Amino acid sequence: MTQRLRNKAVATDTGRILIAMVSIALKRITKDFAKKRVLDDVSLQVENGEFVAILGPSGCGKTTMLRLIAGFEQMNSGTIHFNDEIIASPERNLPPEKRNVGIVFQNYALWPHMNVEQNVGYALKIAGVSSDERRRRSLDALATVAMENFAGRAPADLSGGQRQRVALARCLAANPSVMLLDEPLANLDVHLRASMEREFSDFHRRTRATMIYITHDQSEAMALADRIAVMDAGRVMQFARPHELYREPRNEMVARFIGNGLVLPVADLQRGRADGTVNVDIFGHRSEVRARKDQAKLAGASLGVHPDDLKLADSPVEGFAAEVERITYRGSHVQVHFRPRHAPDLSLSLHAPHDRPVSAGDTISVCVGDGWVIPEAA
Amino acid sequence: MTDIAAVMPGERRPVPAIRLGPETLTLGILVIFVATISLAPLGRLALTAIAPDGTLDLASTWSVLARPRVFTAALNSLYVALASTLLAVVLGSIAAVLTVHGNIRFKAVWVFGFVLPLMIPPQVTALAWVQAFSPTSPVLGLFGLALTPGVRHPLFSAGGIIFLLGIYNAPLVFLTVRAALRRLPANLAEAARASGAGNLQLVFTVLLPLARAGIFAGAAIAFVSAIGNFGIQAMLGIPARFPTLITLIYQQLNSYGPSGLSDMAALSLLLSLITVIALGLSNWLGGRGDVRVEEGGRPAEIDLGRWRLPVEAGAWLYLSATLLLPLSALFATSLVKGFGQQLGWDTLTLTNYANALFHHASIRDAFATSLLLTVTAVLLLSVISLVLAYFISWKKSPLVRLIQMAAELSYVLPGIVLGVAMILYFLRPLPLLGFSIYGTIWIILAAYLSNFLALALRPLLGGFSQIDRSLEDAARVAGAGFVQRMRDIILPMLAPAVIAGGIIVFMSALNEIQVSILLVSSSARTIGPMIVFLEEGGSSTLAAAVGCLMILIVLALMGIASLFANRLPKGALPWRD
Repeated sequence: MTQRLRNKAVATDTGRILIAMVSIALKRITKDFAKKRVLDDVSLQVENGEFVAILGPSGCGKTTMLRLIAGFEQMNSGTIHFNDEIIASPERNLPPEKRNVGIVFQNYALWPHMNVEQNVGYALKIAGVSSDERRRRSLDALATVAMENFAGRAPADLSGGQRQRVALARCLAANPSVMLLDEPLANLDVHLRASMEREFSDFHRRTRATMIYITHDQSEAMALADRIAVMDAGRVMQFARPHELYREPRNEMVARFIGNGLVLPVADLQRGRADGTVNVDIFGHRSEVRARKDQAKLAGASLGVHPDDLKLADSPVEGFAAEVERITYRGSHVQVHFRPRHAPDLSLSLHAPHDRPVSAGDTISVCVGDGWVIPEAA
Repeated sequence: MTDIAAVMPGERRPVPAIRLGPETLTLGILVIFVATISLAPLGRLALTAIAPDGTLDLASTWSVLARPRVFTAALNSLYVALASTLLAVVLGSIAAVLTVHGNIRFKAVWVFGFVLPLMIPPQVTALAWVQAFSPTSPVLGLFGLALTPGVRHPLFSAGGIIFLLGIYNAPLVFLTVRAALRRLPANLAEAARASGAGNLQLVFTVLLPLARAGIFAGAAIAFVSAIGNFGIQAMLGIPARFPTLITLIYQQLNSYGPSGLSDMAALSLLLSLITVIALGLSNWLGGRGDVRVEEGGRPAEIDLGRWRLPVEAGAWLYLSATLLLPLSALFATSLVKGFGQQLGWDTLTLTNYANALFHHASIRDAFATSLLLTVTAVLLLSVISLVLAYFISWKKSPLVRLIQMAAELSYVLPGIVLGVAMILYFLRPLPLLGFSIYGTIWIILAAYLSNFLALALRPLLGGFSQIDRSLEDAARVAGAGFVQRMRDIILPMLAPAVIAGGIIVFMSALNEIQVSILLVSSSARTIGPMIVFLEEGGSSTLAAAVGCLMILIVLALMGIASLFANRLPKGALPWRD
């Protein structure tokens, strides 16, 4: 099937390449390594042409998930579907060479004994494409990453960013059903990352390839992905659009992980003035915060906020009282570490402008500008 | 948009979990190969030793081993192996410390000279040393140091065997200790210096203790090599009437032929047990204690100061004594007509070389047979070890581990033990074919494949550890199957390591004597044992010429291999610094 697929479907008109995409579904996947569970009942549906990031701390199972989709590992239970066809289950498993997936590896994995063009054209050679046709398609793929002038170079003579581009072109030239990217920016330095981020984003817009992007860097995931699956300890915590993850985290893990979120204990939830808001007691001060429309009235809950949402109040009645523990100069602002008077064993911090001088030992009043009642609070 | 569903193999054609693909097939062939050339012969040997008539009969095994002759030979074997190992460890460690850390000059040349004896066949080394001390030694004679005729040759003794084995195996210890020392980062030495340690204190309290694993590994290799070194033990031990286990096995076959096989099996089992116990012991001793360090960086340099010149002088004196003295004697002997003649313009002749190369049919045939067997073994082992290294490195399974262990076992056991195992296993006619390969060159080939598989494997395992597995994964997702990946990705990247392994196997197989000494027959003779036969038959000058020719071949091979040195994994060529 791969051969037929590879020979067809590359519609090239002057460097513009359309990819034959698939939708991917992972259904209830469990994977153990030596009795340790690395993926626990994971389900995920990736649509045609979608750019999905899998985000999580190291050891959360994201790389295992990529290797399962590519076919390098076999799961203990569950199924993987490409366009509703089962391609992997515990009983039968299509090997990687038959899956027609493309991978951009973290270390690029360019073959050192082949030049750039040979690297890019290798999949076509395997598929039996004639050498003229192969050359044309390899150069097309290289053109999409502005590397067509480097076709004769050896990978060793390229910079990190150039190797990354070649890896991308190699993946593209194979015309895969899905592109898997395994922390592709992790080995690049900071400025190069920013420009490659833009490149990935342009690349996806041009090709509309189904892309699954593994990363531990949330700013990368936020910048690039249509949707992000946040993983922790082998489970998918939340699968949603970036702004949703930030504004409406489903559980405490996501709330803390995304944007250095803080989780505050709140009490006595009451209906708010508008739909989707509730009125809660935060350390003795009542505030209006966002919540699910069907949020039940509860005696206590957890509130997800971000450091910028906590502000110094102008007067004591506008916020909850707190003691300043210490302050740290941060250049653009001052970070104020404080303990709420109602919960002195909790240490929090907020960003204060320079024109509001505070010092250790002061009593301040803190207001919560925005917050979200976490639905699945433990 | 292409309809992928239409071209995907879906439910209609189920893919079975284990398929008989090329990969499974290759693994199956590897298993059968290693079982045939290693596991089955060695198993047969053990079985014959403890159950000569098919039933377990330890009493008869014991009756063989309890003979006073055997007991003496076993003690002698242990004695020369242990004492020569001690000598090799001292010499090898000093050389390693000096070349890794000392600021001596011309290190690369010296290292080449120090490791060179390892590449020369042991029987040639023994012959060269015998000539160096012979009553009419061309070199010592110049200084008036040659022995007077009638005096017993000093090397025909236990001490002589120990001395030669120690010198011969010192490079083995040197290589492992050097590798261990090179791992040590300079800052460990700098910290010791900052604490006030002098040069010797630094070496004895920091560097050598941290290199302990390497020292014990080197000692183990030296011991195994010494106890199984037929060339030196036979050339010196037989004239000295100093029996060791391997000379006993050799003489047993010569006196009784294959009818003495069950006794030989019992002796071989004893020799194998000693070898395995020694390896286990050294592994245990070397593995204790935490010697983990953060690797990388340059090794610490020790400034020898005013001792530099004396140390350098000593180092070069050692090389001239251990390399130039015997080799020049050998060369001189090869140029005179009769043994004992003084080399001069009037006695100088190339007759021996002409005889060795053209006139002496058995020598010519032995060269041809050795070359044929060696090239065949190299070609077969290159392919087999590449695939086996792939499985060992990237597709580990209990089965693969078993194959690797069998290969290692066939390598570490003394070659003569392997020879006995091969005779036992291949003496009877082959099934289906109906003839026996005993007495033909094919039994020698089987022994070579068995003995040298682990040797061919080593550079490849090093090569695999240097390439990232994602390179293969990338080829898989590009659609390449097992055979395509081997051909397009793995072979080109590992070609230098394959060549290095091939050259090492080539030299070892050409030099070896201990594997084929029991397997040669009048119709199938290799060049290694030829020297012993010639020397035993009194043709010393012809033996010397053959020895010189072998050294020339070895040097040529080393030169060719060095051309690839830059593209090889570090340490693949032992003589390169």
